[in-house]
Amino acid sequence: MITFMNNSDSEEEACNERTSLMSAESPPVPSYQDGLQASEAGEAQKRRTGSNRSPNNIADGEMSDSGVPVRESALENEEEELTLKYGAKHVIMLFVPVTLCMIVVVATIKSVRFYTEKNGQLIYTPFSEDTTSVGQRLLNSVLNTIIMISVIVVMTVFLVLLYKYRCYKFIHGWLILSSLMLLFLFTYIYLGEVLKTYNVAMDYPTLFLVIWNFGAVGMICIHWKGPLQLQQAYLIMISALMALVFIKYLPEWSAWVILGAISIYDLMAVLCPKGPLRMLVETAQERNEPIFPALIYSSAMMWTVGMAKPDTAARGLSQQTWDAAEDGRENHRSPSHADSQMSETRSPVPTRPITSLEELEEEERGVKLGLGDFIFYSVLVGKAAATASGDWNTTLACFVAILIGLCLTLLLLAVFKKALPALPISITFGLVFYFSTDNLVRPFMDTLASHQLYI
Amino acid sequence: MTLAVFFGCTFIAFGPALGLFVFTIARDPLRIIILIAGAFFWLVSLLLSSLIWFIAVKASDPRDEPLQKGLLIFGVMFSVLLQEAFRFLYYKLLRKAIEGLVALSEDGCSPISIQQMAYVAGVGFGLMSGAFSMINLLADTLGPGTVGIHGDSQLYFLTSAFMTMVLIFLHTFWGILFFHGCEHRRWWEITAVVVMHLAVSGSVCGVDPAPSRDPEVLRDVPVPSHPCPSLHPGGKSGHHLLCNIFSPELGDPGQSLWGRHWVHLRQPANWCGLL
Repeated sequence: MITFMNNSDSEEEACNERTSLMSAESPPVPSYQDGLQASEAGEAQKRRTGSNRSPNNIADGEMSDSGVPVRESALENEEEELTLKYGAKHVIMLFVPVTLCMIVVVATIKSVRFYTEKNGQLIYTPFSEDTTSVGQRLLNSVLNTIIMISVIVVMTVFLVLLYKYRCYKFIHGWLILSSLMLLFLFTYIYLGEVLKTYNVAMDYPTLFLVIWNFGAVGMICIHWKGPLQLQQAYLIMISALMALVFIKYLPEWSAWVILGAISIYDLMAVLCPKGPLRMLVETAQERNEPIFPALIYSSAMMWTVGMAKPDTAARGLSQQTWDAAEDGRENHRSPSHADSQMSETRSPVPTRPITSLEELEEEERGVKLGLGDFIFYSVLVGKAAATASGDWNTTLACFVAILIGLCLTLLLLAVFKKALPALPISITFGLVFYFSTDNLVRPFMDTLASHQLYI
Repeated sequence: MTLAVFFGCTFIAFGPALGLFVFTIARDPLRIIILIAGAFFWLVSLLLSSLIWFIAVKASDPRDEPLQKGLLIFGVMFSVLLQEAFRFLYYKLLRKAIEGLVALSEDGCSPISIQQMAYVAGVGFGLMSGAFSMINLLADTLGPGTVGIHGDSQLYFLTSAFMTMVLIFLHTFWGILFFHGCEHRRWWEITAVVVMHLAVSGSVCGVDPAPSRDPEVLRDVPVPSHPCPSLHPGGKSGHHLLCNIFSPELGDPGQSLWGRHWVHLRQPANWCGLL
């Protein structure tokens, strides 16, 4: 039996990190703003406090309460409505990347045979499932799950400890190594298999050029600066690649048990007071730092047009929100992004009418989803596509179930306003729908189709 | 079957729905969520009705053909009733959501009206229903085969595509009517929708499967008795299944009913060697 040797633990990185949703904004820190006066920062904070109701803010306790209470009630009503409008928009902002990732994975699974062939297993799942008896197979899959989950727990705790003790260099090195492997090695394998499937010849110099450019731009986008959409695209691609690796190397029953176990782990890690992911989020919030960009997909929109500040007399509600928006963006992006944006926003351009300020303001907030969530959603849908007897209905049912789970999770996020695990609800729905569609709905629909009946 | 069949059937079945989606639903995030939730509700209703049908089939004698047919018709009717029940539940949920939206909004009116929600919910139900009916067929149009080789209708894909399109529209209209009936407490509208749905599903019941669909006839066809290697570049396991179905060694005739057996009918025995 050939086992696939993972030469670095870092590939576990993307899957054990941040499997939770959190809001995009960190609390504002006046020191980040050069050129912003303290009063503006105070008003912006006040606006931020008022806008705590939005689905994207972290717990209220961290916001300092300052400023005029007069506008509070007027703000509240507007915010409540904005909450729901924002809520729907952010659900869609997450639906799109999750859907894209799943489409990439399903398309690859259905066309490239490599990812459905069995070529050995990861060392994290040493027990084989080739046994004859059902009980033995179940036992092996449970043992595989225990090993895999322990590895993930150990990695996560290690990462949190490193973060707590400020070993940033080590963490960055680890993340860079894992993204290097994903962007170069796995992409090379993927490209090779796709070319093989479609029987397209490509010479090595071209291949080198393509992979080099893809990987180098990816490293820059993910770890340094880059256009938001390109960064999002790269994060989706590496999640898809990681999910494909899991789909290929996890044996069938182990995959399902691992999916179930990891959603339980996610629930505990994010919600329990001493859970590693919760500690990671809280430590990041205390220090007012963003979580590493390589581990989180951020849906916040880019502020592409610089705007000069209108004079104080004309400053209305929207202006304050705009300030808050600017603060928020600068804080929740990594510092490098903030630099580029601050330079953009400071450049003198003609002022725009207030209405467009309001429109632009609406796009300020985003919501973040951990890459581990992308990966495990795609693993579920990909496994459904790979193993459901060629049936597309199962894949579609799992897809809809996951989206609805994500929607419900975001609803809970709007209610509770703190980091929440994104896996449990979606994976539960996904698993329930996979097994029931594959075993119950498929025969029914096949029988209906054979009699050309429509319901 | 050619790509032309695939694209043709896809656009016949889903083209109008895609147009509706792109021009009326895609812009508003709230509508997209209502659409997906509607699809989810339809899916849950299908799940429950399949469960009932499955239990009934397992509890009954698989060799008794009229009984199986009767159970199928019962399954269809039960599924229709359950779908309408879930439509009603969805209406209740959306009503609550509208009250919430109204309470949250500044000017006392919700960003979306119940009529728009009814339309979107109908499209959601329709899209999911159409997708479940049509997607497997579309996947099979990409594979090799000849339609109607055993004397069945050559227009199977075309009729299925049209029927799916019709069904998507019908679900949309039924959604609007149903919600309107619930809003204004006009029970005759709701009953009319249910009766229409039963009539549409039931009317297609009248289409008798051609005699060659009979599993006994399948077994008489001379076939290679070994699983054929698949030459399809994708190597999908489905094609192994296609060949296996023809094998007379398959003891249980019930097995041949499952797994896209209508396509197998259209493939002559000697295709197995070519596959």
